[in-house]
Amino acid sequence: MGELLKVDRMKTEFQTEKGPVTSVDEVSFDLKEGETICLVGESGCGKSVTSLSIMHLLDRNGSITHGSVLFEGKDLAHASEAAMRKIRGNDISMIFQEPMTSLNPVLTIGDQLTEGIRLHMKYSKSEARKYAIEMLKKVGIPRAEGIVDEYPHKLSGGMRQRVMIAMALSCRPKLLIADEPTTALDVTIQAQILKLMKELREESNTAIILITHDLGVVAEMADKVAVMYAGQVVEETDVYTLFDNPKHPYTLGLMKSIPHITNPDDMRLDSIPGSVPSVFNMPKGCRFYDRCPFAMERCQNEKPELKSIEDKQPHSIRCFLYEKEEQDYEQKHAEKEVSS
Amino acid sequence: MLQYIVRRILIAIPVLFGVTVLNFFIINLAPGNPVDMMVNPSATPEQLAMQKHELGLDQPVWAQYWHWLTQLFQGNLGFSYSTREPVTQILVAHIGPTLLLMGVSLIVGYLIAIPLGIICARKQNSWIDYLVTGFSFFGISVPHFFLGLGVIYVFASKLLLFPTGSMNTLGGDGGLIDTISHLVLPVAVLATGIAGNMVRYVRSSMLDVLGKDYLRTAKAKGLSQFIVTNKHALRNSLIPIITVIGIDIPMLIGGAIVTEQVFQWPGLGLLTIQSITSRDYSTLMAINLLAAVTVLFANLLTDILYAVADPRIRYD
Repeated sequence: MGELLKVDRMKTEFQTEKGPVTSVDEVSFDLKEGETICLVGESGCGKSVTSLSIMHLLDRNGSITHGSVLFEGKDLAHASEAAMRKIRGNDISMIFQEPMTSLNPVLTIGDQLTEGIRLHMKYSKSEARKYAIEMLKKVGIPRAEGIVDEYPHKLSGGMRQRVMIAMALSCRPKLLIADEPTTALDVTIQAQILKLMKELREESNTAIILITHDLGVVAEMADKVAVMYAGQVVEETDVYTLFDNPKHPYTLGLMKSIPHITNPDDMRLDSIPGSVPSVFNMPKGCRFYDRCPFAMERCQNEKPELKSIEDKQPHSIRCFLYEKEEQDYEQKHAEKEVSS
Repeated sequence: MLQYIVRRILIAIPVLFGVTVLNFFIINLAPGNPVDMMVNPSATPEQLAMQKHELGLDQPVWAQYWHWLTQLFQGNLGFSYSTREPVTQILVAHIGPTLLLMGVSLIVGYLIAIPLGIICARKQNSWIDYLVTGFSFFGISVPHFFLGLGVIYVFASKLLLFPTGSMNTLGGDGGLIDTISHLVLPVAVLATGIAGNMVRYVRSSMLDVLGKDYLRTAKAKGLSQFIVTNKHALRNSLIPIITVIGIDIPMLIGGAIVTEQVFQWPGLGLLTIQSITSRDYSTLMAINLLAAVTVLFANLLTDILYAVADPRIRYD
């Protein structure tokens, strides 16, 4: 399995009237072919901005200012609009949170599906239509031959999200970015959509970046997880390690706030006190300092880096609590390199 | 849909009937009467009374109306009191120039306004946006008679580029080039107003649509910005544009009264003014009726176009 995507210390800034605002800062993760990574974190932590940055779909005033996004060796951070157009919908495609508003209400499902197919796969009109119907069947839309000529308002939210998935996967992308694809759907439909995504992933070996704040979805779908807080990745590891051995205080807080079926009825769920710092007023040191139960004095002024520690799987954390483990890991690897 | 159209046409009949009643009585309330304008000032009261009797103007208003209405159903719009020609013939002679003038003005106005509106929305708050918005404010605010006199002064009487008025050169043999050179100035005046109004609707309606999620979806497919804007966004902002077109269409018939007067354009607008000043009731009634039919037709057309532009609108 080759490396597909490597995001390295990506920083996204928005130019506003009050000056530049950093929305995403130091986001790093990597992804192999066919692998699924989940970006987890609360609202406003920069999950969506991260994915839109990769696709160059931010508003006019937002752009990647530092770091790199290597996709198959090419740096997308500095790619031209023309180059991005060839990649969008073709190599990397995207599905969004709101199926109700993500389809154009005045164009038929078929029009919207065949657009990308004709553009990237150079199919003729009738071939594209046939292929579109085939894709609709693949994502489990009944009566696909009829639906292809319908307008989106005739379909339910779940059906529309299936259409979005059909659209996103029609050009056999290497990477699918799914920005909270199930958040707006009710639970039974959520399960269906996740099952569909899993099936299609196995069939086509598509890598997926799945953005969610639902740890249940993470457990269901992910190979790897990057936990984000206030525009930074604070912990990254594989899914089993994350659930077995969460390290960062924020991740620990998230884990504690999941309701458990064995909890007594009258038990109150744990919550993390306080709220995310504003982008206009980011703390100098650790961004979780205000809300962290283990905060130390140095956390206020020094900025922790994302560093690896020794674990069963690669595991990196942005926290001074694990400085000792981080140093051990570095030493060990430095020794390894010397000996080899 | 068909049922809806038939129903709308049936509703139009009583509306038209009401329009004729109001028109007829309001016109008859106006001071003066056709006979005053027709006869020699030295005519005696007896001669005036005779003339009135001949034209049926001494009968009660409701009887006159009934007479007019029954004739209307036989396709007879009456005779002009001032020229003694059949009204139908006068209308036919004047409708062509007006349709030409207004048709060209609307097309030119829209061809300018729609692309400019889209550009303004795409580049909101840029210098081009401010410039176009400023010009549109100018186009809406400046009265046609003023702008008309202005362009006549500059382009016709000073620069001698275009004729000052009328549709063809007097004594000339007409021809397309001649007509076009006569069209330029009045079309410029009318199109300024039409475009000034339309550009604002296109701009605001596009601004509404440009932030929508489905445009991000379209972009995520790898479509070019041109297709995203002009196919995905424009089709969604058509409803307000169609509304404005629906309001503009009746202008094809009666919208250019002032401009036609300024440029002596031999159309319905000029005819309207002439009929009013000569108390030519029968011609005036016919023009009003025609205008009413056009308004009703334009409304119906607008509703049908809504359903074509937006599949979520269905009338059944």
